[in-house]
Amino acid sequence: MAVRVVCHDLTKHFPPRTLFRGVSVTVEPHSLFAVTGRNGAGKTTLLKIIAGLVPSSCGSVHFSDGGRILSLGEIRQTIGMVAPDLALYDALSGLENLAFFAEVRGVAAAREQIAELLELVGLTKRRHDPVATYSSGMKQRLQYAHALLHTPSILILDEPTSNLDSAGAQVVYGIMQRQRQHGSVVYATNDAREVALADAILQLD
Amino acid sequence: MQFCSLIKAAWTVFRKDLRCEFRTPLNFSILMIFAVTVLMVVSFAVGGIALDPTLLAALLWVMLFFTAMTGVARAYVQEEETGTALVLRLATDSAAIYIGKVLYSFVLLVGVAIVVVPLYLVLFSVAPAMPLALAATVVLGCLGIAVTGTTFSAIVAQVTAQGSLMTVLSFPVMLPLLWIAISTTSTAFAGSNLVALAPDLAFMFFYSGMTFVASLVLVEYL
Repeated sequence: MAVRVVCHDLTKHFPPRTLFRGVSVTVEPHSLFAVTGRNGAGKTTLLKIIAGLVPSSCGSVHFSDGGRILSLGEIRQTIGMVAPDLALYDALSGLENLAFFAEVRGVAAAREQIAELLELVGLTKRRHDPVATYSSGMKQRLQYAHALLHTPSILILDEPTSNLDSAGAQVVYGIMQRQRQHGSVVYATNDAREVALADAILQLD
Repeated sequence: MQFCSLIKAAWTVFRKDLRCEFRTPLNFSILMIFAVTVLMVVSFAVGGIALDPTLLAALLWVMLFFTAMTGVARAYVQEEETGTALVLRLATDSAAIYIGKVLYSFVLLVGVAIVVVPLYLVLFSVAPAMPLALAATVVLGCLGIAVTGTTFSAIVAQVTAQGSLMTVLSFPVMLPLLWIAISTTSTAFAGSNLVALAPDLAFMFFYSGMTFVASLVLVEYL
């Protein structure tokens, strides 16, 4: 799947404030797209609008594959997201969380996929521990495993390495480069190293 | 979403909620503590006075309603508070989440009713003339409260002061259900013709069905 994301004239109001106005961007397949801007510029909100979690005040977002507009159900299968305000279930173990989301998403060959992803993010040894016992960095690693579970075409990352140590950050950069080969990454960051990885940059003022 | 995938996803959400509940039985504990406390207080206050079957039925349903409001309100609110609501919404259809939550709330309420109703009968020295009719009324009442309560839980999850708002909003909608439940329970206590109860039981079933269908449409927009 080569999914293109087209945002047309997006505006978001939080009355009496307008967060951003008239944002029109296209995220091409096989690209890394960075969204930068000062705190409060609306980076997180823009990512949530693209993910369909927050409605825009004006404008539209379309996902297309070879000219065909994707349905809501297809979009859900297309997106994987990691963000600080998303959380997994503390009462369940890392493995149980991934098994639950794999089942609810209808992922085929989930067991192998989960084992591979846990290995990728370095949580194989702690897979049976409740998420409540994980550090914030480990929780973020698990979020990456969750986001990649259904092999999404669009990976949406808000502050991709905010809670991670340098080893964790390297894993994330690897994930982003790997993702570019079969899809694209939209990420919000103010980290110069991460901005430098981007193929296209949107600066929100 | 296809029907089979919807049901499978709903079942998965239900199983996840049950598993989380077994690990940290917060909701069930809150419900049980509330129900048993109210039951004991009312039982001591009444203190052996013989009550009219209608009053007994009303007491039972007032207790079950407010107990349900303390627990069913958590169905969606807990997901919002812990930050898992957005992840869940990214993963599956709103209808699947709603159906899973209704099942969970229903099982939770029936679990409470299994403990509380027999205790109520013992403490108030009630020997229901039609125990099966009473059981059917309690199960259908729990179903109606679970369906309606879960819908309002989804609505109020986005706002603050959810607990009180939940009760205020849902009470008028549940009033017809409670009214019939009280009437049917009263008849089950006093004894009557089982056939005479059939329309009331049917009403309770269709109330749940209609609320369920309307809610499936509504949750897509929440």
